[in-house]
Amino acid sequence: MTLLYGRGYASVNYPTGMNLGGDPSQALIHATTMGGFVVSLSSVDLGQGLKTVVAQCAAETLGMPMENIIIDTADTDTGPHCMGTFASRGTHRVGNAVIMAAREARDVMLQVAGDELEVDAGDLETDGTGFVRLKGSPETKIHISDVALAAHFKQGRTISGRGIFLKERNYPVPETGEMDPDSCQAHACSVAEVEVDDETGVVTVLSLHNAYEIGRALNPAMATQQVEGGAWMGVSHAVFESTEPYYPASRDHGPIDFNEYLMPGPGEIPVQTSVILERPASNGPFGAKGIGEMTANAPIPAIANAIFDACGVRLTTMPFTPESILRGLDALRA
Amino acid sequence: MPRVNPIDTDYFKDERKSADFTVIGKTVQRSDALGHVTGRTEFFEDRSFPDLAHVKIHRSAHHHARIDSVDCSEALRVPGVLRVITHADVPSNWYVVLRLIGIEPNDEPVLAEDRVLYKGEPIVAVVADSEAAALEGARRVKVTYTELPAVLDVEEALAEGAPVIKQAGTNYFVYEGHHARRLRFGDVEQGFAQADHVFEWRYSSAPIEHAPTETTGCIVVPQSSGRLLIHSNTQAAFFTLDNTALILDRPFTDLQVKGGTVGGGFGGKVDVMVEPLACIAAMLTNRPVKFVYTREEEMQVSSPRAAERIYIKDGVMNDGRIVARKVMLYVDAGAYSRHSPYGTTKACAHLPGPYTIPNVYADCHCVYTNRTPSSAMRGFGVTIADFALESQMDRLARALDIDPLQFRLINAYRDGDMKAHRKVAEGTALIEVIQRAAALVGHELPDEFRVLSSSTPREA
Repeated sequence: MTLLYGRGYASVNYPTGMNLGGDPSQALIHATTMGGFVVSLSSVDLGQGLKTVVAQCAAETLGMPMENIIIDTADTDTGPHCMGTFASRGTHRVGNAVIMAAREARDVMLQVAGDELEVDAGDLETDGTGFVRLKGSPETKIHISDVALAAHFKQGRTISGRGIFLKERNYPVPETGEMDPDSCQAHACSVAEVEVDDETGVVTVLSLHNAYEIGRALNPAMATQQVEGGAWMGVSHAVFESTEPYYPASRDHGPIDFNEYLMPGPGEIPVQTSVILERPASNGPFGAKGIGEMTANAPIPAIANAIFDACGVRLTTMPFTPESILRGLDALRA
Repeated sequence: MPRVNPIDTDYFKDERKSADFTVIGKTVQRSDALGHVTGRTEFFEDRSFPDLAHVKIHRSAHHHARIDSVDCSEALRVPGVLRVITHADVPSNWYVVLRLIGIEPNDEPVLAEDRVLYKGEPIVAVVADSEAAALEGARRVKVTYTELPAVLDVEEALAEGAPVIKQAGTNYFVYEGHHARRLRFGDVEQGFAQADHVFEWRYSSAPIEHAPTETTGCIVVPQSSGRLLIHSNTQAAFFTLDNTALILDRPFTDLQVKGGTVGGGFGGKVDVMVEPLACIAAMLTNRPVKFVYTREEEMQVSSPRAAERIYIKDGVMNDGRIVARKVMLYVDAGAYSRHSPYGTTKACAHLPGPYTIPNVYADCHCVYTNRTPSSAMRGFGVTIADFALESQMDRLARALDIDPLQFRLINAYRDGDMKAHRKVAEGTALIEVIQRAAALVGHELPDEFRVLSSSTPREA
């Protein structure tokens, strides 16, 4: 038995959004009596952290602390329309809609504060602490709770805003495929290191080194979690998963539970190192691009290429099972 | 353990410089983390309702068959069974989820009528007081069939003389009169003629399951107002609402979808599979109804990631330039369209990968077979294409005896390059991620490759 070491590379890009049907999302924001800001959406957070990053977008745009932001989402009676969470669109579309809504709300907030302070709203600024201040005169300030109370009970104004992001529908040209399907492209290069057991055919993915360019990492730890969590799925796609192990010859022996449908457990998770580059997208929220989907992609060919590097077997069918490795090794020896 | 900041600020300094933020770019704790780790997060199934009824499905035993008869009499005799639902109970039985964006035709029945096109296709829904009674009822539905020849391979489905399995008359989705989504850029044959070498290889994949921890499901609760409240783990609340209303043939305002907590989506929860039948069951019984997939249904009946077959033919020069790329791509949509026509177009837009190639030709086929319909899944149209494209790049580099990263850098797209789908590239950064990945693993690049940049126009 020999453990054969190999290294493989893959570089990819991935589109943010897919607008072949029009691709809108909306947001509404309103202030509560004490200066909380409720962001009303119908968007779904799949667990990737959409609620967290759009709260950051609202807080940054309003100039208010994160604690003041309340995300109320995924109810079609109370939230305005969202196309859905797919196509790596959530952060980009919903983030942009929230920023637009927050700008409108911020304008009202500053007007109310200006009237309370008896200064021009255009001379006011925020710093994320909860106060609205006069530029150059930091002691002339009012807290958002007083601004909101004044709006509700004294000035009779709603501190609110409406936002929508829409990339208009594009129709591909049938003859040539000319189209404008996406808003921007994120980029990745992954390097996989593997060990192939030439007796059992088992591939162990030792490490993944990932370099991503994602426009702007709105939340660096969560972006890294997406990179490394998605890479786990890539490893799983590469060396474990299929609902039809004998595709396309037969539909038999399809797994029906997690005893039969294998995925990497803690012992099969590679060591990962991930670096993020930022080239802000002109149309992204603070420059962010979507990376939800793409993080599973580069590891798969990187692993295939590493397997070849390790043992000379070129696997062209996913997943890369021990059987396919052993058959490839047999063919090389023949 | 504190993490090292993953952002390398040495790249794109000029474009990043306006970054004076208070919370953007900061690591803020995920808002639902505490709920998840303490078990307080409320998923749709955590809600309980008095008199909750359950839906289970009797499914096709064959890949392709005519239905001769359906007998539900024994199912109705099972204690606890409240109703059986057949296609006759579905107000608007034929649909395609993408009709919301104008995709035609409606090619899938909510419940099968006179034929089944895949093993596991729903035929009868049984509503019962308990899950066990619903399962037993579904088991006792008797269907007789006449088996028909099945098509299980994408290229066999397109071959002359193959049995036509679709009512529309073709075993492929028709893209504005074409049998495939086409990509035509430059003159690929001329490119092959001028190339120093031409290589062609084949790649393929098998279907893959989304494998969410929480299976697809919903609870529908009739409201005193006459509306239906749908607690769902859908990835797209309005998409589910709109499609469900169309199938129920009811005003959209009759429905309310509440969701937002999803135990894993990955594209598997945008197909609108459970809500319409749960609504019909709730309407027919006037009770709250739960319809949730078992793990077996999730793995074998819910849409997987499409299997694909991809042929890539490349013309390359000795200096490493790719001058022509021809791709024949086949997406196994299974028996029905669902999101596959869209994913196939997405695959087409992705070709020829992040490289600038002057001559590109692709036919991306969305092919119907007698399999579980595939549909959206994380990166669909791109994930398997990337496996093929990047395996191809590795083989080409080896064939030309060029370093694999240098080979990619030679061909990497840059700002201002025209992509094959005739969109001018901007904001590109493939060169930089390759350079950075090389540095991560100590893969040395010669100076001429280290100084390349995405914003420097390619030499004509």
